[in-house]
Amino acid sequence: MTFTPETEKRLQDIWARYPQGRKRSAVIPMLMYAQDELGMVTQELVAEVAQRCEVSPLQVEEVVGYYSMLNKQKMGKHHVQVCTNIACLLMGGEELWQHTTKRLGIGHKQVTADGLISLEEVECAGACSWAPCVVDGYEYHHHMTIEKLDQLLDSIQKKVQ
Amino acid sequence: MFNEPHPDEVKVITKRFGLPNSASIDTYLAHEGYVAFMKAIEMTPEQIIDELKLSNLRGRGGAGFPTGLKWSFIPRDNPKPKYVVVNADESEPGTCKDRLLIQNDPHQLIEGCLIAARTIGCKAGYIYIRGEYRYLIDIMDKALAEAYAHGYLGKNIKGSGIDFDLYTHSGAGAYECGEESALLESLEGKRGVPRIRPPFPAVSGLYASPTVLNNVETFATVPAVLRMGGQAYADLGTPKNGGTRMLCVSGHVNRPGVYEVPLGFPMQKMIYEVCGGIRGGKKLKAVIPGGSSSPVLRADECDFPMDYDNYARMKTMAGSGGMMVMDEDTDIVKVALRTMRFYAHESCGWCIPCREGTTWLRKILTRMDEGTGRRADIDLIHELAKNMLGRTFCPLGDAAAMPTIGFVEKFREEFEARLRENVVPVTSPDQLIAIR
Ligand SMILES: Cc1cc2nc3c(=O)[nH]c(=O)nc-3n(C[C@H](O)[C@H](O)[C@H](O)COP(=O)(O)O)c2cc1C
Ligand code: SF4
Ligand code: FES
Repeated sequence: MTFTPETEKRLQDIWARYPQGRKRSAVIPMLMYAQDELGMVTQELVAEVAQRCEVSPLQVEEVVGYYSMLNKQKMGKHHVQVCTNIACLLMGGEELWQHTTKRLGIGHKQVTADGLISLEEVECAGACSWAPCVVDGYEYHHHMTIEKLDQLLDSIQKKVQ
Repeated sequence: MFNEPHPDEVKVITKRFGLPNSASIDTYLAHEGYVAFMKAIEMTPEQIIDELKLSNLRGRGGAGFPTGLKWSFIPRDNPKPKYVVVNADESEPGTCKDRLLIQNDPHQLIEGCLIAARTIGCKAGYIYIRGEYRYLIDIMDKALAEAYAHGYLGKNIKGSGIDFDLYTHSGAGAYECGEESALLESLEGKRGVPRIRPPFPAVSGLYASPTVLNNVETFATVPAVLRMGGQAYADLGTPKNGGTRMLCVSGHVNRPGVYEVPLGFPMQKMIYEVCGGIRGGKKLKAVIPGGSSSPVLRADECDFPMDYDNYARMKTMAGSGGMMVMDEDTDIVKVALRTMRFYAHESCGWCIPCREGTTWLRKILTRMDEGTGRRADIDLIHELAKNMLGRTFCPLGDAAAMPTIGFVEKFREEFEARLRENVVPVTSPDQLIAIR
């Protein structure tokens, strides 16, 4: 497979971190970075990572099935994650989640018809003291309110127009 | 973006947070950076371990195991390569401190790892960072590159003859991978299913080699211990509970935030002074003191010096330092349900008491929350949770059971109020099968 030079460099860099004979360690980080480029973990990617890390495709599949951030379906260009775990729940995370699903008309791990936004109700994102929190891709938004969330979604939707 | 410091804090590991470019090596070097490592070069491994023991530093990841003792378990004459592994998986609900340590002071963590490497004689280490924290991986990678450029990583570090390489490693979303043996599996490129112990990681960890595995905050504290001396560090806290720790306060307080306070700091003072009291002038109802796995405390129990021993006396845990504060309007049944939804989602499914127990508890709590619970459900929740205790392969099962038992025992009246009128008497346990 060919990746952008940036991703390719990253993948090689990751590969080099583990001792000889232990390249299986590179599987998860490699999948994470390659997924960013592809939007999902494809069959082709599974085969590619298996070959590079000297493991069987099945061993890679196994991992893909286990980790919540590795997606076998194409997620939206913006993957919006709403935390509803305890600290966020106490601060209105549940309402944010309800609002988002209503506004976008999609549910947990679903994608809008235009492929722009996918949604996920996530477990504690590590932002409890600045709750409630919403993560767009890898970008954290703290002290979220319904207004701020609407602004975020507006700006995502506006960007493509 | 983060909270203002409070004058009652004792800043040992967070003292550089406010400095300009606090994450850069220049700032670090200008503020006692790598001084402790230079000291460690002159010390024998035994001396380093003795200082750590003297410091009474206990692991900040959850279990509170004495760090010096843990490091002393590494068989240094073992011919296998040895490893340092940093647990930066930070996924215990309520916890958001390791994030700040990496974001604001990554070199402090690097120095802690270097000292560990010096102590056990190891050449490589990995910082396992939860996948969601991508921006921290970037910050850490940059700091690592700086450390290499300044000769604090790589070959023959500062002429000491020590070689040490340190790398970041991205997780991919799984709470269970914070558990040390599951983390090692994950780091080896597998599913995060825990290992049977013994052997413990100190003897057989990463790649079946002796491994020192600690939480970010624990490693980040080590340089301060060597710099100040173990005794001086210990004296900041209470006997057997050395030093300071970071508490992540969230929920219904006026000033939620992460604060570094000495061990033994009074909980009342934490809530009402440091965090400015309960917001909207409401009354306190309950506190989950150390992350979602720690049993809840009622308001009348929230008055004790916060050190490991006193948490234990209160039949709860210091855990990961995630304090979630709840006001009088909080719906405890909802909190109990959300907690169980989390554990049911995160159970790796390996052993039956945990896999089935969390799923059933989630279902029963769901119907309680929806007002269709039965009177017998309250005892059922209690019994089920109790039956999980100590019967699971890894501590996640206990982590799910303990808070549940706490919620039912301490707030039984709230569960009863939820039954309202629609009480369906349960006559036999077989009716359990009828759960949606
Ligand atoms: C289910 C589970 C999740 C855990 N998650 C974390 C975590 O995210 N970070 C962490 O440092 N320790 C976590 N721990 C504790 C680790 O197993 C281990 O005790 C700790 O990292 C050791 O470091 P310490 O001695 O410095 O505390 C978890 C434990 C369990 C059972
Ligand atoms: S207790 Fe739960 S998380 Fe731990 S091994 Fe058993 S099923 Fe997996
Ligand atoms: S509970 Fe939402 S970030 Fe921790």
